[in-house]
Amino acid sequence: MAKHVIAALREFPAGTRKLVDIRGRQIAVFNIKGEFFALANRCPHQGGSLCEGRLTGLIESSEPGQYRYSRQGEIIRCPWHGWEFDVRTGKSWCDPSRIRARQFSVSVAPGATLVEGPYVAETFPVSIEDDYVVLDA
Amino acid sequence: MTDTASWSTIDCDVHLNVPNMQALLPHLDGHWRDSVIDRGMSSLESISYPPNAPITSRPDWRGNGGEPANTLEALRSHALDRWSIDVAICNCLYGVQLLYSEDMAAAFAKAVNNWVAMEWLDRDPRLRGSIVVPMQNTELAVAEIERCAPDRRFVQVLVLCMGEAPLGRRQYWPVYEAAERHGLPLGIHAGSSFKHAVTSLGWPSWYAEDYAAQSQGFQTQVASLVCEGVFVKFPKLKVVLMESGVTWLPAFLWRLSKFWRGVRLEVPWIDRAPAEIIRDHFRLTIQPFDGPDDPAAVAKLIEHLQSDDMLLFSSDFPHWQFDGDDILPAGIPPKLYGKIRRDNALATYSRLAGQAHESGAPAN
Repeated sequence: MAKHVIAALREFPAGTRKLVDIRGRQIAVFNIKGEFFALANRCPHQGGSLCEGRLTGLIESSEPGQYRYSRQGEIIRCPWHGWEFDVRTGKSWCDPSRIRARQFSVSVAPGATLVEGPYVAETFPVSIEDDYVVLDA
Repeated sequence: MTDTASWSTIDCDVHLNVPNMQALLPHLDGHWRDSVIDRGMSSLESISYPPNAPITSRPDWRGNGGEPANTLEALRSHALDRWSIDVAICNCLYGVQLLYSEDMAAAFAKAVNNWVAMEWLDRDPRLRGSIVVPMQNTELAVAEIERCAPDRRFVQVLVLCMGEAPLGRRQYWPVYEAAERHGLPLGIHAGSSFKHAVTSLGWPSWYAEDYAAQSQGFQTQVASLVCEGVFVKFPKLKVVLMESGVTWLPAFLWRLSKFWRGVRLEVPWIDRAPAEIIRDHFRLTIQPFDGPDDPAAVAKLIEHLQSDDMLLFSSDFPHWQFDGDDILPAGIPPKLYGKIRRDNALATYSRLAGQAHESGAPAN
């Protein structure tokens, strides 16, 4: 595991997502209302690209005809077969203990702390004035 | 309490056929009796089991004129005595579900149930009945359940596989509420009210197609009852599929559970795999089994059910599903014989273990 600078914060606004390649591993990174989440971009079902899925909320019910909708935008649905994964845990809704997407931690760090390392900024220069999104993978 | 410990075999699907309209007249209320006569109604037979169709009666059980076996004596000698059946659950398939008048349907349902009680249940203590209900009108169906339920020889509610709307729909829920409250499983039997074509593609040309299509109807009903959340609402309700065939079920369990994973957000009240719900709530009578000849393949099919609790013994008297005494398909693991012949039925039909003669025939 190493920390990778993947974007400048101002270039990765809320409501967007980014597919990054970390030494051959595809990782989907989401900015959901200012919070960052990262999941392996491979659905544990059959390998669909989670980065291309739709973000929805969590729908639950205790009785037919009643709908309890919460956590809007925090559930990613695989574009291939619609399986739902919690972006906070990577767990699938249908079989959370057995089927989960691998999760990575993401943080935001000021450029001043990054220029000294041990961070890896592969594709762009880091300036001390800006904040950056850092993926631990 | 009935001494169920001594029972060895419970037959969960035998058929009684109303021989003719004349037989029902004494059981119809006055207005309806006169209406039948005034209108010249001579018969209310469904075409689900044409008398001459091979499946309608085993050839060795037909009468001298070739008619399907249809007397208590025939039922006793061909099935009850022959296979030492301790209790048999009778299903009367008559044309009640075909009627368009809700009131007439209710009148005929009542007449059929009274006929079953007086002409059959009263004459042999081994017999139990299924309550025919006019599903054309939910209130009237519930009223018929309430009328018959005090007679604890009625052990389930009987509906047809193919009615007017999928059975999971909320319009039918009062029926399930009443069934659950009275300890009556919902028995779904092959057959159609012929309000729709018997296949989802339209009318087939031949009887073989009609009969084979029943299993598709059953699949649709299983999916409807599960997805609409009937078992979330009525967690104690059991459903018995009768004459549905058995071998289609494992593939359907896989199929429905797979699609649920992808679109479960449409039915958020379904919070576990449909296969688990089906194993908990559905039971199937074992004739016809529709299995391969190879006993090893039959054993494999049983294994695919992943449940020892789902199959119920049935002879399907007088329908022609098997010959001789081969009442269980070869290949059923012997460790399941007791469960299939007795235990699963006792676990499904709570009324079997109770007092059979609490209050006699249904009230008028």
